[in-house]
Amino acid sequence: MDARVQPTFRLPAPVQALKNIVLFLLKSPTSTFGLFVLALLVLVAAFAPLIATHDPYAQDLANTLQAPGNGHLFGTDELGRDIFSRLVFGARITLTIIFLVSIVVGPIGLIIGTTAGYLGGKVDTVMMRITDIFLSFPSLILSLAFVAALGPSLNNAIIAIALTSWPPIARLARAEAMTFRKADYISAARLQGASSTRIIFKSIMPMCLPSVLIRLTLNMATVILTAAGLGFLGLGAQPPLPEWGAMIATGRKYMLDSWWLVTFPGISILSVSLAFNLLGDGLRDALDPKQMNRR
Amino acid sequence: MSLRRIRFYGAAGQIGTIAVTLLGLLLLTFFIGRLMPADPVRAIVGEDATRETYEQVYRSLGLDRPLWEQFFYYLGDVFTGNFGTSIRTGQPVIQDILHVMPATIELATFAILIGAGLGVPLGVLAAVNKDRWPDHVVRVFSLFGHSMPIFWTGMIALIVFYAHLGLVGGSGRMDQFYIGLVEERTGFLLIDSLVAGEMDVFWSAVNHIILPAALLGYSSSAYITRMTRSFMLDQLGQEYVTTARVKGLSRSQTIWQHAFINIRVQLVTIIALAYGSLLEGAVLIETVFAWPGFGQYLTSNLITGDMNAVMTCVLIVGIIFIGLNLLSDVLYRIFDPRTR
Amino acid sequence: MEKTILEVENLRIRYGGAPTDAVRGVSFTLGRERLGIVGESGSGKSTVGRALLRLLPGATITADRLRFAELDLPSLSEKEMLKVRGRRMSMILQDPKFSLNPIRRVGDQVAETYLRHFRCSKAEARDKALAMLEAVKIRDSKRVYDQYPHEISGGMGQRVMIAMMLLADPDLVIADEPTSALDVTVRLQVLNILDGLVRDRGIGLIMISHDLNLVRNFCDRVLIMYAGRIVETLAAADLDKAKHPYTRGLLAAQPRIGGGRAPLAVLDRRPEWLEEIA
Repeated sequence: MDARVQPTFRLPAPVQALKNIVLFLLKSPTSTFGLFVLALLVLVAAFAPLIATHDPYAQDLANTLQAPGNGHLFGTDELGRDIFSRLVFGARITLTIIFLVSIVVGPIGLIIGTTAGYLGGKVDTVMMRITDIFLSFPSLILSLAFVAALGPSLNNAIIAIALTSWPPIARLARAEAMTFRKADYISAARLQGASSTRIIFKSIMPMCLPSVLIRLTLNMATVILTAAGLGFLGLGAQPPLPEWGAMIATGRKYMLDSWWLVTFPGISILSVSLAFNLLGDGLRDALDPKQMNRR
Repeated sequence: MSLRRIRFYGAAGQIGTIAVTLLGLLLLTFFIGRLMPADPVRAIVGEDATRETYEQVYRSLGLDRPLWEQFFYYLGDVFTGNFGTSIRTGQPVIQDILHVMPATIELATFAILIGAGLGVPLGVLAAVNKDRWPDHVVRVFSLFGHSMPIFWTGMIALIVFYAHLGLVGGSGRMDQFYIGLVEERTGFLLIDSLVAGEMDVFWSAVNHIILPAALLGYSSSAYITRMTRSFMLDQLGQEYVTTARVKGLSRSQTIWQHAFINIRVQLVTIIALAYGSLLEGAVLIETVFAWPGFGQYLTSNLITGDMNAVMTCVLIVGIIFIGLNLLSDVLYRIFDPRTR
Repeated sequence: MEKTILEVENLRIRYGGAPTDAVRGVSFTLGRERLGIVGESGSGKSTVGRALLRLLPGATITADRLRFAELDLPSLSEKEMLKVRGRRMSMILQDPKFSLNPIRRVGDQVAETYLRHFRCSKAEARDKALAMLEAVKIRDSKRVYDQYPHEISGGMGQRVMIAMMLLADPDLVIADEPTSALDVTVRLQVLNILDGLVRDRGIGLIMISHDLNLVRNFCDRVLIMYAGRIVETLAAADLDKAKHPYTRGLLAAQPRIGGGRAPLAVLDRRPEWLEEIA
């Protein structure tokens, strides 16, 4: 083949953008730390059965409340279960929460926000009023109310968190949609006879998607803390699930003598939420046009 | 970022907006209350009541009426201040809440003083040294505060500062043997003990409040720091800052006497919002510290499944939030000459 | 020109992180006269003004000689500079909408200059400020004193700015595009006030502008800057006799009432101007 006509290899635009963002993030030590912890979280969750040294649910009543060491890296809990293995499997629960909340909140926020922003007028007023009502509660309190109504369980906790974390996404999508609404290519689509639904789904939503994704990342730290808080209050994951917040709640009774019961799950929650916060902070910089020449 | 609440009330139509929001709030709490799978009648009459008693209570609660009608009854109850009785304490819910509120307000006020006292100077420091090492240190410090699960940090702090070092008081609002010593006038222990001249109780109370308040304050300072930094950066880029420097003012005079006074209004607004969000942290921290406040009341009702009390708590938090939003708007108008 | 108050020799300024110098070897002297610095945006004229006050954070300033009266500017400590700024050398900024602090009363902002540099009571500073507001022809100075910047007009704001910067009776005032943000109708009025005060008090003036006509009327001498260098120095009266093609280009690009209807000349920029020495 003639080398001159061979097209230069280019990654698809979104992949290219992602690569640029990751490269930018790796320049900052704090964002690198964030990426590293999250990568670790994903790996640990994926290979949990290989990494765990024990069965996370296996009780060993002869070996309860063992201090770290002696074949139990992080010690054992009040039922003799290996804390390290429980933490490893707990990573799966954390990832599940993150994943499920994202796939519920993203679309809901996006649809409400873009519809309100694109249609404007009364639809906008009504939808934003509803958003404001949800925003007028601290998210943990509202989640508490939902879980209390639905009954305590991990799934209900996820539903409750999702129900309370869409409003900021909707607000963001609305603000974005309003800027695109007047664009010429939207008018062009309208003049060609495209329906509002079609315009919103085909033209507005893809434009709002990147910032919504970033906002979701930023929200993840809060989501993790809320989930852990619900677990701690006994409203989230139920025993014997190795959810980190619930592990702290049960460990609380023994915390003065057996510090490892609460310490390691707490450090896990802290690292993951810190990782999301550091990453979000880096993303904000990465997408700030003042700091980057592209975009 | 649960704290990032946009100020959503314009100058005009504020009352109307608030009324609509309040109504929406009531609708929300009403429907969450009705979502509950648990049977409210069973909770009252018990498991082995006769069918007649059950029916009677069912009707007396108005549960046989259409939903919208029930909502109007609910509205009527709320506006007459009738929030029902708590199944757990047997007292009117509103009375219970008023009783526990001062403990939480005391804690939250102490916490916001710490949070603002920490967050504002750090935010200014970060802005003034943008992209230099103090900025990075402040950023990590405040993100850390924002990332910690406060219920866990509370436990660790109790283990370290109370159990091991003995620097502070442990759980509760004061040491056990002081309980009941001071007559409750305002419900604010720090004030009550001072009024009664019981200095021992006062210091015990200070000893007990300092740790939970410091933790709550630190976690809220993250938001205050970030906002202060960004407000301050806006101002430092303004021409009037150059003017002040040209006049011969020093860097610190320019920062505090010119730039900082321009962000006071915005700061008051976000501190008011942060204050509201302390309620969120209070729910968890009060559980850890056995602090007999609003948060503990809410969680103990959650555990016993007393929905009436829970929904009233949620409603009250919502109302406090609306009130704080309104307050920050009013303050805005008082402080900013451009809005006068 | 009885006495030189400012001597600049081979001034070079580089902003932090920039690959090249923004100002590249500028030299001039200033007596008790009115000197105009003219150039397009980006030519480095404002940078020179700010460098004299040492108000360019992050920029590196070097010069073979940078003397202001008896002072060697680069060797002064920041503390000593604080006594120079406002008191001996000050600067009038472009747009009063942005250069006045929006939430402080304008009078207090003027009085602050006096309070900063003289030991006096607040009342005394207030009297000085009121007198100065009158000197910039603000009638009803007492009322204006208590107003906030958003309550006064742009022309009034710029007069307040002049009052603020001349209150401590400096030796040198740098006016950085002092009228470009104002309505055409009040420009002349503001300039006349500034001109009158500068002449009466024998203050040296550096007028930074992109407006040749303005500089021609209000300055004694004109420096033409291009890409961080001075390409030509002329007496204002001789502006029409400019030799440098860039200056001629600037002049040709000026619209004139009664001039030809032909399209205005477009500036021709030659790379060799970047390197030649004026």
